Amino acid sequence: MTESVLRVEGLKTELEGSGATVRAIDGVELDLRRGETFAIVGESGCGKSMTALSILRLLPETGRIVAGSVAMEGTELLSLPEAAMRGVRGRRIAMIFQEPATSLNPVLTVGTQVAEVLMRHAGLRGEAARRRALDLLDAVGVPDPARRLGEFPFQLSGGLKQRVMIAMALAGEPDLLIADEPTTALDVTIQAQVLDLLRALQRERGMSILLITHDLGIVARMAHRVAVMYAGQIVEMAERGRFFSAPQHPYTLKLFAALPGAGKRGGQLAVIPGQVPPLTGEFAACRFAERCEFAFDRCRSATPAWAALGEGHEVRCFLRETRRAEPLGSGRAPSAGPAGAPLASGESGAARAKPLLAVRDMKVHFPIRRGLLRRTVGHVRAVDGVRLDLAAGRTLALVGESGCGKTTVGKAILQLVRPSAGAVSFEGVELTALRGEALRKRRNEFQIIFQDPYASLNPRMRVADALGEGMMALGTETDHVAVERRIDELLAQVGLPREAKYRYPHEFSGGQRQRIAIARALAVRPKLIVCDEPTSALDVSVQAQILNLLKSLQRELGLAYLFITHNIAVVEYLAHDVAVMYLGRIVEAGGAEEVLRSPKHPYTQALLAAVPRIEAAGEEEFARLEGELPSPVNPPAGCHFHPRCPSATAKCREAYPEAVRLSPTHAVNCILYREQTNGG
Amino acid sequence: MAPLVLTAILMIVPLAAGTLFIALSRAMPVVLWTDALIFLLLAAMAAYFWYVRRHEHLAAPWRRVAASSVGMSALVVLLAFIAVGLIDSLHFRPRLAQPGAGGEDVHAVQVLSLLDELARGLRSRAERTYSAPLATRAYSKEMLELADGTQVRDFPRLAHGGAHLKDESGRSRDILARCLAALALALACWGVLAAVLAAALARRSRARFGDTWRALLGARTRVPWRAMLITAGVLLAVAFPAAALSARYHVLGTDKVGQDVLYLALKSIRTGLVIGTLTTLVMLPLSVLLGIMAGYFRGWIDDLIQYAYTTLNSIPAVLLIAAAVLMVQVQIDTHPELFPTAAQRADLRLLFLCIILGLTSWTGLARLLRGEALKLRELEYIQAAHAFGVSHARIITRHILPNVMHLVLIALVMDFSGLVLAEAVLSYVGVGVDPSTISFGTMINAARMEMAREPMVWWALLAAFTFMFVMVLAANLFADAVRDAFDPRLRMGN
Repeated sequence: MTESVLRVEGLKTELEGSGATVRAIDGVELDLRRGETFAIVGESGCGKSMTALSILRLLPETGRIVAGSVAMEGTELLSLPEAAMRGVRGRRIAMIFQEPATSLNPVLTVGTQVAEVLMRHAGLRGEAARRRALDLLDAVGVPDPARRLGEFPFQLSGGLKQRVMIAMALAGEPDLLIADEPTTALDVTIQAQVLDLLRALQRERGMSILLITHDLGIVARMAHRVAVMYAGQIVEMAERGRFFSAPQHPYTLKLFAALPGAGKRGGQLAVIPGQVPPLTGEFAACRFAERCEFAFDRCRSATPAWAALGEGHEVRCFLRETRRAEPLGSGRAPSAGPAGAPLASGESGAARAKPLLAVRDMKVHFPIRRGLLRRTVGHVRAVDGVRLDLAAGRTLALVGESGCGKTTVGKAILQLVRPSAGAVSFEGVELTALRGEALRKRRNEFQIIFQDPYASLNPRMRVADALGEGMMALGTETDHVAVERRIDELLAQVGLPREAKYRYPHEFSGGQRQRIAIARALAVRPKLIVCDEPTSALDVSVQAQILNLLKSLQRELGLAYLFITHNIAVVEYLAHDVAVMYLGRIVEAGGAEEVLRSPKHPYTQALLAAVPRIEAAGEEEFARLEGELPSPVNPPAGCHFHPRCPSATAKCREAYPEAVRLSPTHAVNCILYREQTNGG
Repeated sequence: MAPLVLTAILMIVPLAAGTLFIALSRAMPVVLWTDALIFLLLAAMAAYFWYVRRHEHLAAPWRRVAASSVGMSALVVLLAFIAVGLIDSLHFRPRLAQPGAGGEDVHAVQVLSLLDELARGLRSRAERTYSAPLATRAYSKEMLELADGTQVRDFPRLAHGGAHLKDESGRSRDILARCLAALALALACWGVLAAVLAAALARRSRARFGDTWRALLGARTRVPWRAMLITAGVLLAVAFPAAALSARYHVLGTDKVGQDVLYLALKSIRTGLVIGTLTTLVMLPLSVLLGIMAGYFRGWIDDLIQYAYTTLNSIPAVLLIAAAVLMVQVQIDTHPELFPTAAQRADLRLLFLCIILGLTSWTGLARLLRGEALKLRELEYIQAAHAFGVSHARIITRHILPNVMHLVLIALVMDFSGLVLAEAVLSYVGVGVDPSTISFGTMINAARMEMAREPMVWWALLAAFTFMFVMVLAANLFADAVRDAFDPRLRMGN
């Protein structure tokens, strides 16, 4: 285990920005051993990906490596001529990227693309290359590989594409695989499959993996050693066990404390004040000092060197030099596990009796039109009979994998997409029956917050105009003075300075933009806000700020949230009730406690098991969900889940199971359960 | 934004001077249709830039344009052409020398432009027929009667070209002397220009004149003033000698009826500019409105608009234009009473050519905008606007239009050169401008016969080609700079 495969020393990379040089990487040192998984964690912009690209010398045009050495088993990569470097890439070091959809050439078949790598690195051609490609696809668990070889990327799902990418990376039998956020674009169940695959391949081939991720859960599941990057530097490096049990750097501690989860339900999430310092200048102090609650004089006058704490645990912090490995009081233990504080209880009957929003048997079918006359030949059943209840002041989390129809449910409730059937009653008013002006009059009562803070604000509109738009359109404020006053009030509410109103969106960071989007939704005093993955595009520390904000707004204003997400940790932290969606239908619904602590539906169980958790570090085996989400054009007969269900019987294929009430609030659509029993 | 101020000054000074001249000479101002539209366009551009100056996010890309040395040098050349075109757009009917019966002013039937007035010498010093550039004698031999009555066959002296020379062998020296004097004058003018510029810059940034001067020469200013000055210097070095020589010679020769080719080329500039700009004025509302509507509303509106432009695109454009031009021509010919002067008739035909070109060329931009609107309508801020119940008209004007303006702008600047070339092609085919309108197309059309002559007459074609080439090249280079500054996809790495 101690033989070094890759040794990086004093690596410095600069990016030529407009006007200023950005020191994207500023002295990174790491030492990768044979057969180990080394994880680099950090928030966006800290230089994780730049490190990977620098190792492979694949920097963008504006980037250049100014100092340091990258040695691969004694060969200095930085001084190799470009032609020799091409032999290293793919052959000795392979890389897989975040977005499988754009990493494969859409006009070449899978077979051609795998064969290309084989030809370059193994000199195989024709039948030999085909056989080897077959073996590779088989090795990465692509079902029916012979057929897949002749298919084009668009015919494969995201998970399969990522498997093909891994197969291509393996084609050169590399010693080192760099995986840059390999599962970020995938769903949790698919993510679990891909991570398992990577781990199995590593065991078989003794390959080293440099894993780049922002998800501490993935680190806990995959890594042998972990490095935390901040502002272009590694600030802490340790074995996995020590990293999770005794993290030392204040930044690492903050990262742990900012993670949402069941254990932090009652309170606020920790936030890191301030922002990452600009990387344009030379640092004369610790780069985290400005945001560190433990910072003292020395932190602001000198840069900390590595302090070794034993067992390979190293940290760049003056605190550690003075007080060796002594636990820092707050946030030492990573979040408490599922055994922690109780989740929200499912009752509170009074609120339940009078729901703010009641959705009954809602369907959204999109017609598929073909041919000259655009005849309807079928339907995409995006939402196929959904029932939801949401009371004022509560949060209902709608959970499910991408493509299950969660977002469509949100838009259909807001009547942005008109439901094809069913009822949406808001305070007793049937929204689906409202048209034109009547609907417009009620639009101020329900609003939406979107996922991507960059796409949700018009770049050509000032903040004040964006906030004022809804008030003007709906006439919620009487005059211009009132609008101006309301804008100031809103900005204060979401924690932005008043001057923000005359600025344009591009002047704000992602988290600030999401605050503006929240303020915009709040502007018309809604009672219900549909939050469509509002934090999934944000870093952990920023996510914590937004979740805190949403929580305090709910407390102050009595808002109801329909929280659409795939992030179970956020659900545990925020939700009162949970509904789990699969292929257009709710398969299980109930109080957060009931659904998350004792999931009944096999899908819910598999979904929760697939989430990588810090607490589960080292635990190995649990039920894996095979296969992928079927197409909503042609859902499986009977229970939609039966093709992937480990407990499926012949009966499951016959009819879609009715909802079974397990408690006044908990319902599940599965034949394994009967009314008022505790299930089998 | 300093280059904008400079541009404004360059536009306003000749216009003001021209208006003053017309008023002082008691001429009758004539505003042709295309003149009115050009001034409208100028006003719109001025309003746009005034608006841009006050909005940082709109001004930022223009600042990037202003920092491009190629783009700004091209702009200097383009501005020179535009200035000529504007001077040529102030029309009037000169006052006749003898007053009418009642003592009131009588005006000529002929409509002249300020350019005609400034280049009166060029216009009036016509020869009988072809003469080569800077020649003193005609291009073909004629029977000449000498003083003693004998007849010889020889190249006759020109009436004006080099007529001041007693001895024709002194021609080269004369030309050289005039060129040198003009160049010296050009250099002096250029020096004054540079000094004034440096002084203005120093005043604005409150720096010392010396520092500003050194920054200017060292190209350390953000706006590439040095490159612009060099371009202006080259322009002056060409224009001054040409002007000096044109007083005594035909710098670019004469055409079949003895008109000075330099004059024809200068007059052609306005025609090209009118076609290039007014056509877009016609095209713009159509393509922006229809393109955005198709993409935003989709459904049957999209089908209808797509059907319209697919149909339009499948008819050969030249046929469509030819048919429309011929129809207009018939209408004009059957209603001579509508047009008091020939110039007004020719102008209306030019305007219709613009309209017809505009009607046939809106499809490209419309298709581009449809695609963009299709993409934008799915964006979350538009969905948020829907959630607020904002009306469609407001969403289109407040959310979609501002976000496609960069595409419109890029298309406008890039289309300009294409349209100038299109005019030349159409006039060559004979369905372009009125035969009495001087344009690059008509010049090239005439050159068809001249090229077949023996000995060949090459200068008219060369002059048309050079002028058009320089103008289109400048427009293209400027368009490239604009596109680079506005297209977010091309701005990688900053």
